[in-house]
Amino acid sequence: MIELRDIHKTYRLGEVDLPVLMGVSLNVLRGEFVALMGASGSGKSTLMNIVGCLDRPTSGEYWLDGMEISRLNATEQARLRNRFIGFVFQTFNLLPRTTALENVMMPLLYTKENLSEGQKKQRAARLLEKVGLGDRFDHLPSQLSGGQQQRVAIARSLINHPQVLLADEPTGNLDSRTNEELLQMFQKLNNTEDITIILVTHDPGVAQHAKRIINIKDGLIEKRSDMLESQKPV
Amino acid sequence: MNWRGILRTALNALRRNVMRTMLTTLGIVIGVAAVITMMEIGNGATIAIQRTMASMGANTLVVVPGAASTGGINFGMGSIMTLTPQDADAIIKEVPAIRSVAPIVRARTQLVFANRNYVPTYLYGTTPAFLEVRDWTNLDSGEAFTDHDVLNVNKVCMVGQTIVRQLFGGESPIGKEIRIRNVAFKVIGVLSPKGANMMGMDQDDILLAPWTTIKYRVVASSLSAANQSSTNAANGNEVTSLNQVYPNLQQSLYPAASATEQADTPQPIRFTNVDQILTAAQSAGQIPAAIQEMTSLLRERHHLLTGDENDFSIRDMTEITKAMSSTTELITKLLLCVAMISLIVGGIGIMNIMLVSVTERTREIGLRMAVGAEPADILRQFLTEAIVLCLLGGTMGIVLGRCASYVVTSVLHWPTAASVGAIVVSVVVSAVVGVVFGFYPAWKASRLDPIDALRYE
Repeated sequence: MIELRDIHKTYRLGEVDLPVLMGVSLNVLRGEFVALMGASGSGKSTLMNIVGCLDRPTSGEYWLDGMEISRLNATEQARLRNRFIGFVFQTFNLLPRTTALENVMMPLLYTKENLSEGQKKQRAARLLEKVGLGDRFDHLPSQLSGGQQQRVAIARSLINHPQVLLADEPTGNLDSRTNEELLQMFQKLNNTEDITIILVTHDPGVAQHAKRIINIKDGLIEKRSDMLESQKPV
Repeated sequence: MNWRGILRTALNALRRNVMRTMLTTLGIVIGVAAVITMMEIGNGATIAIQRTMASMGANTLVVVPGAASTGGINFGMGSIMTLTPQDADAIIKEVPAIRSVAPIVRARTQLVFANRNYVPTYLYGTTPAFLEVRDWTNLDSGEAFTDHDVLNVNKVCMVGQTIVRQLFGGESPIGKEIRIRNVAFKVIGVLSPKGANMMGMDQDDILLAPWTTIKYRVVASSLSAANQSSTNAANGNEVTSLNQVYPNLQQSLYPAASATEQADTPQPIRFTNVDQILTAAQSAGQIPAAIQEMTSLLRERHHLLTGDENDFSIRDMTEITKAMSSTTELITKLLLCVAMISLIVGGIGIMNIMLVSVTERTREIGLRMAVGAEPADILRQFLTEAIVLCLLGGTMGIVLGRCASYVVTSVLHWPTAASVGAIVVSVVVSAVVGVVFGFYPAWKASRLDPIDALRYE
């Protein structure tokens, strides 16, 4: 599903080259639940951006669903993100002064599919019900708790039926009980819908929920702990 | 991304900060309102100027008879007697480009009142339509003579201000009688002052009477007299000053024609002629059409064959017309400059706010890009916002502008004229301003890097 081959990423800061990724190779199969772990500055966010088609590697190949996509331009990347990838952010990134339902519908504005307004609403409503917010359609983000906001964000990330869900520190701003609920939701999505999930975190407790943990240190993959034994039942 | 979606997104974004949207729009509102008000005041001014010019005679066309020539001698324009009052009637009936028509019979003779006498510059026999042609229907006092007076050959007249001064010493002449060649004319109206014309001729130095009265009772010169004079000029050299000694005595200085002579030179039977026909075109723009139509009508009426020269000529006021068109053109250009400036200022306001808005919503842009918005989508979104702002401002500006020009009309009593053109132009221009000044911020937004945008604080 996702195959990275010798990915390098170097940022230029003025005259100085700052290498962040130094030859990362990674394979993620369809339906996997992977946790990317690493200290801040380890390059995990950069790797995440490359996987999420938000950034391009300096060198190396990136195969997503059988396509080499490391050299796409901004527009092609955008289309790919829209079709294949769902994002969940640490800071939720919901549109303020916009209802939960409309927030979930927002990515549909940029799809090439021709859906009627009714169909869009229906799809968004189903997803909100799935994340347990069936009674909060018309609430604004400011009227929702942190956990509820993140669940709206998850519903939004699923609206285009993505094959890959990228979660960047999704639990960073939430308390532990809410965390547990969210992580169970991820596990459920992974198990029942066969969605590939890549979770970025620095918290080993959170990473424990994944099927596989990848540690990144100083721009390189440190250790591959295949198929963690600690798979908890949902 | 369909248009409804784009529009809804733009409206939502604008609704999020109503106050700012309003203030931004205000630039365009004022700009467009200024354009509309200016253009309407300008239109009003143009119409007022046209009216003034028309009263100066800009739309006036004068039909004069052509030149007579006998024995190789040309007697100059107006010496042939081909224009008839019927020509005047036909013109008003058959030439739609002509607003009004007045035939004119000229005389130059002495006026006598009590112990004073005076010779006016203009002594015209005409119809009441003369006042319409010259835009002179506002009388100072009394009333104009009527078509009925013309038909009845009534001895009534209207006098200009100069005559009031010269003959009556400033007293009201209404009801008094002026003698013209011993014919007593009752003064029934006094014309309002008009001053000198462009050539420096005093236009108030005028007496108007029914043309029939002037023709039959005062001038009393007929076709035969005219022909006589031309014959005389061709072969005679007698001095003809004696006939003015006894004004009432139409003394013939030439030997009466013998029966043989009369038989040899039969006089063609013709209708009464007039000296000129004064016409006024509907508007300055219709002058060429009026000239063309009148020419073909008169040629037909005078039975001229295709190769023949016109036996009349039509004069227009080219100089005044030119002055008029250059004045209105100047006003239009001036207002266009004002309009452009205010709209550009409004547009810069829009650009400024859109740039602020793009910076402020960097995270939103990043999010939209992350979920799959293409750069073109972002560009379209912000461009739409700017255009919506401008069109909104344009619409409010139109309403405000109309109100403003209404207030100007009712309070300042300046003439204004509603202009559909101004409304269309300002809608188009405000949309164009939206595109032009919205493009840079929108382009800037679309070029953002989604990663940086998402992290932007």
